[in-house]
Amino acid sequence: MVQVGTSRVKRGMAEMQKGGVIMDVVNAEQAKIAEAAGAVAVMALERVPSDIRAAGGVARMADLSIVEEVLNAVSIPVMAKARIGHFVEARVLESLGVDYLDESEVLTPADDLYHINKKEFTVPFVCGARDLGEALRRIGEGASMIRTKGEPGTGNIVEAVRHMRTMMSQIRKVQAMSYDELMAEAKNLGAPYELLEEVHKTGKLPVVNFAAGGVATPADAALMMQLGSDGVFVGSGIFKSENPEKFARAIVEATTHYTDYELIARVSKGLGTAMPGIEISKIREADRMQERGW
Amino acid sequence: MKIGVLALQGAVAEHVRMLEEVGATAVPVKKVEELDDLDGLVIPGGESTTISKLMHKYGFMEAVQEFGKANKPIFGTCAGAILLAKRIQGQDDCHLGLMEIKVERNAFGRQKESFEVLMPVAGVAADYPAVFIRAPYIMEVGENGQVLAKHEDKIVVARSGHYLVAAFHPELTEDTRLHKYFLDMVKEYRS
Repeated sequence: MVQVGTSRVKRGMAEMQKGGVIMDVVNAEQAKIAEAAGAVAVMALERVPSDIRAAGGVARMADLSIVEEVLNAVSIPVMAKARIGHFVEARVLESLGVDYLDESEVLTPADDLYHINKKEFTVPFVCGARDLGEALRRIGEGASMIRTKGEPGTGNIVEAVRHMRTMMSQIRKVQAMSYDELMAEAKNLGAPYELLEEVHKTGKLPVVNFAAGGVATPADAALMMQLGSDGVFVGSGIFKSENPEKFARAIVEATTHYTDYELIARVSKGLGTAMPGIEISKIREADRMQERGW
Repeated sequence: MKIGVLALQGAVAEHVRMLEEVGATAVPVKKVEELDDLDGLVIPGGESTTISKLMHKYGFMEAVQEFGKANKPIFGTCAGAILLAKRIQGQDDCHLGLMEIKVERNAFGRQKESFEVLMPVAGVAADYPAVFIRAPYIMEVGENGQVLAKHEDKIVVARSGHYLVAAFHPELTEDTRLHKYFLDMVKEYRS
């Protein structure tokens, strides 16, 4: 019997993206540049996170004509973002043929209590997380891929590093625990017990885990890979840099060869200026995207 | 038996684990020099455009072509099948062009049409769990090729001499029978 939308098919899609770079794009032309540079997928958006941050107001699902334009422009998978809890936006994007949905804190949340029940969908979801508890709650709701939240649109890697380090350290701790301690730890982390048990046994998340939120240079991408990421999302970092095409290629190469420092040096030369960055403490607490989601 | 898994992008660790389960020594391959002492090579699933670009960049195209021409077995899964094919539907050029097959990319549709199904694979299993993800299919097999499995009349596993391709992802299951089949191919060609 042929089965669509099974957990294996959804999680498997993310497995195929491993070691790769997923790039934010706002039109067909950028999507083609990303594909030519070696992106494993593109995220179709109306505005990149740094522009969303600058514009303020309510950020919603992208204009569907942009999503459609990107779907038609490239042969690699296309992702799109829906607001946290906005299952209708998600359904609309799914119906359009989007390959992967991001229930994203970059957009203004539509529900201040609940995330989308992602198990009901045929297409897979990626969700942001800052720690192991948050990651396992999202996986419990049906997410097939996790990414760090970082602090989107800042070009500042510090938050993504914090989130990845936190998650990895918590995973190591859970793996080393005795069985007796797991239920109490599930309570501490706010994580579903069965999923925590799986982490205890395997020493890793049950799904692929990418870095996102602040990756601005090839060295940033390699840093996140060394901290344990399976791949990298680059939002504003590419098309807000001086030379997007070159930048995109350099980030792809640094992600593949993340321990080859001579190679990273070579691809990082003559790239021009990276996107302008923002110091996290200069962002008001209410404007920090990573605080969105529960 | 030492088998490499091309590790530029995609599901590398899964292939390594399964090859080791069937008794091979498996290593990820990131540099061309690492091909030298291998008896066989797996080209994993991933994004074929990405893997192809990185292969060009680091001299893997010529190196893997030589590897294949030296009669060393290569197993391509999903993207790996596209990379091995001599002809690709709708494109004038191909990637490695080592195997006499014609493939069509994303032939079963987008992710929402991706599926899994139990299917017979000739000489391998009567009930192989095949996971198709934005999968290609094989439109034609050259005259010396064998069709090992079909789904809805479309060829999804084929072999031609020392080349083996699957449109689906054996590395996403716990079923090692296709990896065992490939290991036997490697042994056959080594002796």
